[in-house]
Amino acid sequence: MSEARSQILNTIRRSLRRGELSGATREATLARMASPPLGPIPMRAQLPPAGRVKLFCQWAEINNATVARVSAAEVPGEVAAYLARNNLPARAAIAPSSQLDGLDWKSQKLLELRRGNAVASDAVAITGAFAGIAETGTLVMASGPEHPVTLNLLPDTHVVVLCEGDIVGGYEDVWGRLRARYGKNGMPRTVNTITGPSRTGDIEQAMELGAHGPRRMHILVVRE
Amino acid sequence: MQSTSHAFNENVDHALADPNLQDSLGKLKVGFSERRRQAAERLPEFEALRDRARDIKNHALANLDFYLEEFERKVVALGGHVHWAPTAADARDIILKLCQSMGARTVAKSKSMVADEIALNEHLEAAGIAPIETDLGEYIIQLRHEPPSHIIAPAVHLTKDQVADTFLEHHAKLGFTTRLTERNDLVAEARYVLRQKFLDADVGLTGANFLIAETGSSILVTNEGNADLSNTLPRMHIVLASIEKVIPTLEDLATLLRVLARSATGQESSAYTTLNSGPRRPGDLDGPEHYHVVLLDNGRSSVLGTEMQDVLRCIRCGACMNHCPVYGAIGGHAYGWVYPGPIGAVLTPQLIGVEEAGNLPNASTFCGRCESVCPVRIPLPKLMRHWREREFERHLTPAAVRQGLALWGFFARRPALYRRLTGLANRVLALFGRAEGRYRALPLAGGWTRFRDLPAPQPGGTFHSQWARKRGAR
Repeated sequence: MSEARSQILNTIRRSLRRGELSGATREATLARMASPPLGPIPMRAQLPPAGRVKLFCQWAEINNATVARVSAAEVPGEVAAYLARNNLPARAAIAPSSQLDGLDWKSQKLLELRRGNAVASDAVAITGAFAGIAETGTLVMASGPEHPVTLNLLPDTHVVVLCEGDIVGGYEDVWGRLRARYGKNGMPRTVNTITGPSRTGDIEQAMELGAHGPRRMHILVVRE
Repeated sequence: MQSTSHAFNENVDHALADPNLQDSLGKLKVGFSERRRQAAERLPEFEALRDRARDIKNHALANLDFYLEEFERKVVALGGHVHWAPTAADARDIILKLCQSMGARTVAKSKSMVADEIALNEHLEAAGIAPIETDLGEYIIQLRHEPPSHIIAPAVHLTKDQVADTFLEHHAKLGFTTRLTERNDLVAEARYVLRQKFLDADVGLTGANFLIAETGSSILVTNEGNADLSNTLPRMHIVLASIEKVIPTLEDLATLLRVLARSATGQESSAYTTLNSGPRRPGDLDGPEHYHVVLLDNGRSSVLGTEMQDVLRCIRCGACMNHCPVYGAIGGHAYGWVYPGPIGAVLTPQLIGVEEAGNLPNASTFCGRCESVCPVRIPLPKLMRHWREREFERHLTPAAVRQGLALWGFFARRPALYRRLTGLANRVLALFGRAEGRYRALPLAGGWTRFRDLPAPQPGGTFHSQWARKRGAR
């Protein structure tokens, strides 16, 4: 196997008419990785906080999610009301996170919650989000014990609780937050960035919702 | 996949005579390309982002060995494994052995052009392992035993009715005995059938849109979420990626993502962009226990440093084919192998040889739309021209074309004779009547007029004589 490795690397170097990177070139390349230069960042990814929240909500709705702006105390009630409005079962798998545990779910007597990852029979998932990206109305989910990935994917309906303060302008802001949380070059095992419900354009180029992931996505944007 | 690129002309005849295909292709113009135009207009920074995307890929290619080694180092530190595959056969063997190590009977497969390039499905099937395509388009064509006809919309050549017939034929045994008429019902049925296959699969195999050297992450961009189920539910996740997919940092990824979805489908963002970094970690409730990345070369390292290097910038968005008048007329299958359209016309001779695929670069009007929409600004017409030259040098061009060119060259090198002859031809053509402005049939020119009209020469003489008069008048 190491023979295959050196065969590929040597062919690359021969084609580029040089040996292994060394000296100043190597230093420059290492420096580029250590402090990554920014590309052009769209103006719309650089709004002040209030504008960011508004833009996030707009793009999320354009991308077929529904959005409700609520206070933290209102979250359990809004979740129960959303499920009732859409004739969905009042039963959900919920991410075992301290953020969600801190909400008053007991106030909703009919809502039946199970903490943990999702299984095939779950119809509804409730999760938090690591961040929201205003630029495209995109949610960022970081995997870990408090956020199993299956919750983002298996159930038909995904209800997401997102704090206003976690809505950032563009992708670059998310990378900054990931580095701050997981260390430089560190990453959660899986980062799912999700823009609206699952969809496909594979039949006659017409977008249809609910291909393999959730058909419905409801985002609760929580005021601070 | 067995190439039929050598039979390009026959493939084209077949494609032009297929009413379902022509019906489907008619939707390309109002579909992807119109949506791309709108998305580009909505983002004032789009052109600057394309420049940056080109520069990032150029930088990554110029330091490819360095970034691949960095990527490997990070993946290993995360508890994953990296396998190096110089050839398609190497990659097939590595993947088969990995599947066998899990005792795999089925593999949930997310759309991968590289997997088609190395004919992975056939290899797994021969070893008794069933690869299950989970991208809706790939699933449809797998049921129909067809190759993909587009790099991001593999079933774009089919109409809804054809899909309905295919589902009825294959799903009836599962209890779905009604022929469906609505697109959303077809999607729902495929979702139901495939969900169980995801849950049963022993291995998930995906491609990668990008690899990040900084973090050791592999990036998957989909709308359906099928790649995510493939890399979350089975116990092993195998990433198959070609070596030119590596880019330095997350910031570079941000730029490339901003041009990818807009160029491909005209979306602001695809529904799912996923960064996977290694296997399941302590405390995780789900995710694969084993994480392997197979890096495929298959000739790419030899393209570096040559006049063809620009082709390695490609991020497989499909914009070049969505905007190509030739692709729009003949579809993807006529190209005869994995990669159709302008990018296919450039890549295919590179990957399977100019002897087999030398005719593909001739299938271009050189209108330049492909280059004008390419998010990483690959000069596709220039690269096609390069292949035409190679084809000519190797005497692969048909005799009639070579003789015609030689004859033209003889006169072109003798300007006085050339002017006399073209003047004569101009007058003779006028005798055939130029009232209509074009000829439907001409003696000795049947090869041309069988498929298109020849424009009649306009009054005022040849270009040379008009030019001479204009210069004289000044």
